[in-house]
Amino acid sequence: MTLPLRALFLSLSVLALGGPASAQEAKPIKIGIVTFLSGAAAGPFGIPARNAAELFAAEANAGKLPAPYSTKGLGGRPVELVVIDEAGGTTKQVSEYRNLVEQQGVDLVAGYISSGDCLAVAPVAEELKKITLLFDCGTPRIFEDTNYTYVFRPVGHAVMDNVGAALYAADTKPNLKKYAGINQNYAWGQDSWHDFEFAFKALKPDAQLATSQMPKLGAGQYNAEISAILSSGAEIVHSSFWGGDLEALILQGAPRNLFKNATVILTAGETATHRQAGQLPDGTIIGARGPNGVFAPDNPHNTWFRHSFEAKYKAAPSYPAYHMIQTLLAAKAAYEKAQGGDAAKVPSGDEVAEALTGLTFEGPSGPVKMNLGKGHQATQEVVYGTAKTESGKLTIVDVRRYPAEKVNPPEGVKAEDWIKKGLKTQ
Amino acid sequence: MSGFLGFLIDGAMYAAWLFLIAVGLTLIFGVMGILNMAHGSFYAFGAYTAAMAVGVWLGTGRAPLVSYLVLIVAGIVAGVVLGALVDRGLLRFLRGREPTALLLVTYALFLILEDVIKLIWGVDPYVVSEPYALLGSFSIGPLSYPNYTLIIVLAAVLSGLALTWFLQFTRKGKMLRAVIHDAEMSQSVGIDVDRWFFITFVTGTVLACLAGALVAPTISVVPGMGVEVIVLMFAVVVIGGLGSIPGAAVGALLVGFVRSAAVHYWPEAELFSIYGVMALILVVRPKGLFAAPEPRKI
Amino acid sequence: MTEHRFLVLIAVCAVALLAGGWLLPSWSFVINVAIAKAIAVLGLVLLMRAGLVSFGQALFYCIGGYTAGVLATNYKISEALIVVPLAGFLAGVVGFLLGFLMRRYRDIFFAMLSLAFSMILFGVLVKSADFGGTDGFNITAPTLFGMRITGQARFFGYAFAVVLLALSVIAAWRFTRTPIGMIADAIRENEIRVEYLGVSATRSIHVLYTLAALLAGIGGALNALTVGHVDPEMAFWTTSGEFVVIAVLGGAASLVTPIAAALILEVIRTFAYQYAPNAWQLVLGVVTLALIVFLPTGFAGLLRRRREVSNRSAADAVN
Repeated sequence: MTLPLRALFLSLSVLALGGPASAQEAKPIKIGIVTFLSGAAAGPFGIPARNAAELFAAEANAGKLPAPYSTKGLGGRPVELVVIDEAGGTTKQVSEYRNLVEQQGVDLVAGYISSGDCLAVAPVAEELKKITLLFDCGTPRIFEDTNYTYVFRPVGHAVMDNVGAALYAADTKPNLKKYAGINQNYAWGQDSWHDFEFAFKALKPDAQLATSQMPKLGAGQYNAEISAILSSGAEIVHSSFWGGDLEALILQGAPRNLFKNATVILTAGETATHRQAGQLPDGTIIGARGPNGVFAPDNPHNTWFRHSFEAKYKAAPSYPAYHMIQTLLAAKAAYEKAQGGDAAKVPSGDEVAEALTGLTFEGPSGPVKMNLGKGHQATQEVVYGTAKTESGKLTIVDVRRYPAEKVNPPEGVKAEDWIKKGLKTQ
Repeated sequence: MSGFLGFLIDGAMYAAWLFLIAVGLTLIFGVMGILNMAHGSFYAFGAYTAAMAVGVWLGTGRAPLVSYLVLIVAGIVAGVVLGALVDRGLLRFLRGREPTALLLVTYALFLILEDVIKLIWGVDPYVVSEPYALLGSFSIGPLSYPNYTLIIVLAAVLSGLALTWFLQFTRKGKMLRAVIHDAEMSQSVGIDVDRWFFITFVTGTVLACLAGALVAPTISVVPGMGVEVIVLMFAVVVIGGLGSIPGAAVGALLVGFVRSAAVHYWPEAELFSIYGVMALILVVRPKGLFAAPEPRKI
Repeated sequence: MTEHRFLVLIAVCAVALLAGGWLLPSWSFVINVAIAKAIAVLGLVLLMRAGLVSFGQALFYCIGGYTAGVLATNYKISEALIVVPLAGFLAGVVGFLLGFLMRRYRDIFFAMLSLAFSMILFGVLVKSADFGGTDGFNITAPTLFGMRITGQARFFGYAFAVVLLALSVIAAWRFTRTPIGMIADAIRENEIRVEYLGVSATRSIHVLYTLAALLAGIGGALNALTVGHVDPEMAFWTTSGEFVVIAVLGGAASLVTPIAAALILEVIRTFAYQYAPNAWQLVLGVVTLALIVFLPTGFAGLLRRRREVSNRSAADAVN
């Protein structure tokens, strides 16, 4: 054999031998993460969520997650994150979703805080047949209005938050009747207010509406709205404000005694307990969109999560972080379920989708069941508490838990109808 | 009754804030013929600088009451630095260009500043709320307002009076009015027009930055806060007549009360009410309420 | 440039775009969006030739988009061949009506008033629950000749956009050869003399404004069908600002360079957004600034200078 031919033969055989060996080196699985990286929602929301995602990738790839998640990566494949910014408006997000799938070639997408973005992206996900996990947006409309194959939401939606708020208010402040609301004027705010109002009226038929303020999402200045609420004589004020808007509301409302003159319910208020601990007045009712943060149960997942998050980011994880970790754990559980124990198998999108449908899994927030929206929507218990500053430190007292069946409509029943009929559990 | 009172007070406060941001814009246009689309970014720049300065000051644990001084000084310094940079570094070379070309220049500046702000201060919100609550509050019935908001009203009134007094009653003010009237003629009688342009631009920038600084404790300072504000500013300035300071005051009052009325009585109309008023006034008085008649050169 | 050569140029470009979209399907979405904007910019360029910078084209862009959305969602008409012309027509009608007012304004006031009207629409849409408020709403399953044009069949939608663009450019070019089209330059130079010559400048501007509205409406509808979603941001002043930047980059003197500018800008933005989301506005601003200071006539001016240098003795009409 001539020298060049031998060299060729040798290199080919090396490649051939190296072939099967490199096949054991599993191809990374690309997960697109979409969350607010800029703007008012970034600090309290988007960044904690992104941090949780990066924590997940690092710990999962090292195999450090507690059982039953101890396999490395996702079913043996190392996790690679592609993080993009959710800012820029709904149409932009739809375009960016397409870019994420078509240009960057991600295997699945986990993201979306804004309900508007979720509603817009879901049909596109279905069109492109890409598994998309909505990790935080709360509007119940997604699975009530349409059926999806590839879109899932492994966290609870706004109905449980607002029904829980109404239950807590009725339980802890039975004498208060005049209610008002300040919510952002888009799907999340509209649905939250609507669900709260009807649930509250179902529980207390003598309740009276004082005023409902619906400023634009991201308005940032609420002085006029606060004046309107103060002069309306409201005793209970409901707000589903989140992110920078919530911070502005607290900043502008507290010095004007908004929180003293009325009992304010912040259904998404848990993030404020981290960033604005010094300013949250006593008596404010705080929700965490489920058993997250300070309401999380004492299980190995929560212990691992809190410990590693605090070690890496020097701050306790807030509920957006919990939502993200729960979502990614759902992805991992489903992926590995679709593999069926075969570490070399690469399940198809349809197989993973089937595994996700109706899935039951455990996370730092406790057990999660995907038992609404034809198996695409998760339900959890909801927890509320009251803020109280004791010796300079903010604590949450009078914590009450409401089980999933009490705060979520039964399968097949629209939330609105269920609430109007008096929240009958099955 | 308290609803009506709320409407009045909110309207007045909103008007004061609007005037403070818009007066710099109208001044710059009146003197230099430039409609500064970056004025909102100047406002944001001032807010960020002040928020950072106050944050640092309060972090050192010194007297919190001095933070007001820090706020104002930060706003002024930011304005002087930014204004000087922009005028000497850019606008100086573009004197005499068409207004639409200058408009595009300031638009480019707006794009640049939006990202520069993100690059300098990051994307996290800045919250410096201590000065807001520190002075206590006053109450009228069920409504209570922090005394801090009176500072904004005071600043607006003072700056309006100071500018008007300067323009009407001082010798230098007369020179400036000459420049406003006809820059070319003023140059030929020996007024250093370029220097007046510089002073005007810096003053306008300082006013915008100061407005941002004063507002910073009441909001969450975030990127993009300049974008929303620009259109409001334009509405105020165009309603009152570009280049007219009393016009800016009237425009601010009009927009302030219209918005307050919308929020209190007809919330659906809140957003478009402002632009509706602006369009309406432009239809009736194409150059705004107080614009001076302009000769047309054939 | 003669008509023949121009048509050949457009045909070549169209074929190139089609080939590109076929060979690189992952880019066809981006180019498609860019084409929608390019058509809107075309209208703006026609206006800018008369010296009027409109900061309110987003108004018609949004009207076009929402019309497409309403037709698809409420009336179940999602056939692109019906929706796009109808949306353009509606936008044109609004432009015609608004034109009676707008045609009296010049310079900054024209810009400001146009901005005000687009912000009025923005304000109305944000607060309207029927149109989805700030969320906007989705447009599902657009069709062309009855066939689906999204998902696997995306190339048909892309081809439709390219053809539409080509037709728009040809139509605009033909228009600039008509008396009203040619008077635009004169109006920019000295409007009073135009009046003295017996031509109504205001009426010409009215026609230009209506045309620009029509084109922006078509662009908006195309965008809506491509992206599958509309929201009030389409009417926000920064959308108009983007059109203006593209027009300035491309240069108002040519009809082809603004299209190129739109495509280039969209591609750059897609890249920049992935790698430097907090710096691409900066880059855009610097480039715009540099152009205005050193090259106020944009790419078109650059091309013209080169052509003038090489055609020193030519008696050709200006492009």
